Amino acid sequence: MSALLAYNGPNPGGLYTDPVGHWVIVVVAMLVLLLVLVTVTAYVVFLERVLIGRFQRRPGPNRVGPYGLLQSAVDGVKLLTKESFMPSGVDRFTYLLAPAIAVLAALLTWSVVPFGIWYGFYNWIANVNIGILVIFAISAMNVYAIMLGGYSSNSKYSLLGGLRSAAQLISYEMALGLSLVPTFIIVGSLRLVDIANYAVHVGPLQLPLLVLTPIGFVIYLLAAVAETNRAPFDLPEAEQELVGGFHTEYSGFKFAMFYLAEYMNIVSVSAVASILFLGGWQGPLLPPVFWFLLKVLLFLFFYIWIRSTLPRLRYDSLMKLGWKLLLPLAIANVIVTALVVVWTG
Amino acid sequence: MVVSLVAASFVVGPSRPNRRKLQVYESGIVPTAKARHKMSVRFYLTAMLFIIFDIEAVFFYPWAVILRQLRWYGLIEMLVFMGILLVALAHIWRKGGLEWD
Repeated sequence: MSALLAYNGPNPGGLYTDPVGHWVIVVVAMLVLLLVLVTVTAYVVFLERVLIGRFQRRPGPNRVGPYGLLQSAVDGVKLLTKESFMPSGVDRFTYLLAPAIAVLAALLTWSVVPFGIWYGFYNWIANVNIGILVIFAISAMNVYAIMLGGYSSNSKYSLLGGLRSAAQLISYEMALGLSLVPTFIIVGSLRLVDIANYAVHVGPLQLPLLVLTPIGFVIYLLAAVAETNRAPFDLPEAEQELVGGFHTEYSGFKFAMFYLAEYMNIVSVSAVASILFLGGWQGPLLPPVFWFLLKVLLFLFFYIWIRSTLPRLRYDSLMKLGWKLLLPLAIANVIVTALVVVWTG
Repeated sequence: MVVSLVAASFVVGPSRPNRRKLQVYESGIVPTAKARHKMSVRFYLTAMLFIIFDIEAVFFYPWAVILRQLRWYGLIEMLVFMGILLVALAHIWRKGGLEWD
């Protein structure tokens, strides 16, 4: 744990070094982050609905507020005022714990994700030197949320959804983890800021890491879709077979929390992808915050696009893809990158 | 925040439970038998394989960071380790441990 704002300017009143002032900034930064994140997530839901509407040649939500922009806020209020009942036979403690873990994991991930706001000014809460490892550790908690939610609900749909989901998440987590190893070999650091600042020099050009790790990038994109339970890998909540999967028995705001966590995870994998492969906030001419948002939006658009384009996979082909294609490919990718790096020094 | 949200939804939302509503949802059919029955052994197998290969992935991380300093020595050590794991993967593959039917 170290400084929370990589701020190279003046230090007003010793606020950044003062032990109390330090914690004041941490708390303020966390609250601001929380607000921004929840708002962004709400608008990602809105963006998805509008885009899918357009893909299906219908207008999408456009009634509440100008261009339907208030739709997400209204949905939130609606879910809050719905009856939040607990079905009989549930394991009360774990039933309530599951959505809490989901949201907690989704939020905690952001404590180590840096995002460029202005030149030399990155906002993050903790600049840890093992940033990406922390992200994996926290996002792995998502398995607990889904598994506990599925198990505690005392419903067959929930249990099957939870089981499938857990098996899917752990299968793709290995491919996800291994797809990033070449990046670490090249950069030589797990700190997200270092990775984002790494630029490949080709003549006069400064290119993002993507040019050196294209295979890792593709594996990461596929595995990340599976990790966030998105179509075409959304088997855990395959509506036609399992109703709602692990959250079948959740109502009201408990359901909303699963929903919130899911979309927050999509935003975080997009942000991590843009940091690891596209150089995060690096870009010519325009300010860093613009580039960062643009890259994250690009990934979000990609995820929504494939959701509305591709049909859902069958479960056996899903596991086959993870274990028999992505995992060996990721290992081969690591070996080749390591050989090239050691060979060239 | 999380706790307050759940509490708020209990307070704000209406609460009109009845026996039918509290029943487990099964597309309108009266549920039979318990939900917590035995599950396919495949899931256990997947979980065990995951433990093996995910620990492998975690081993790669510190190695990847300092590979530039370890050079050939570190690379060959890791290739031996990777070779053993690949043999394991090939064995599972041939034994049909990755098949889902």
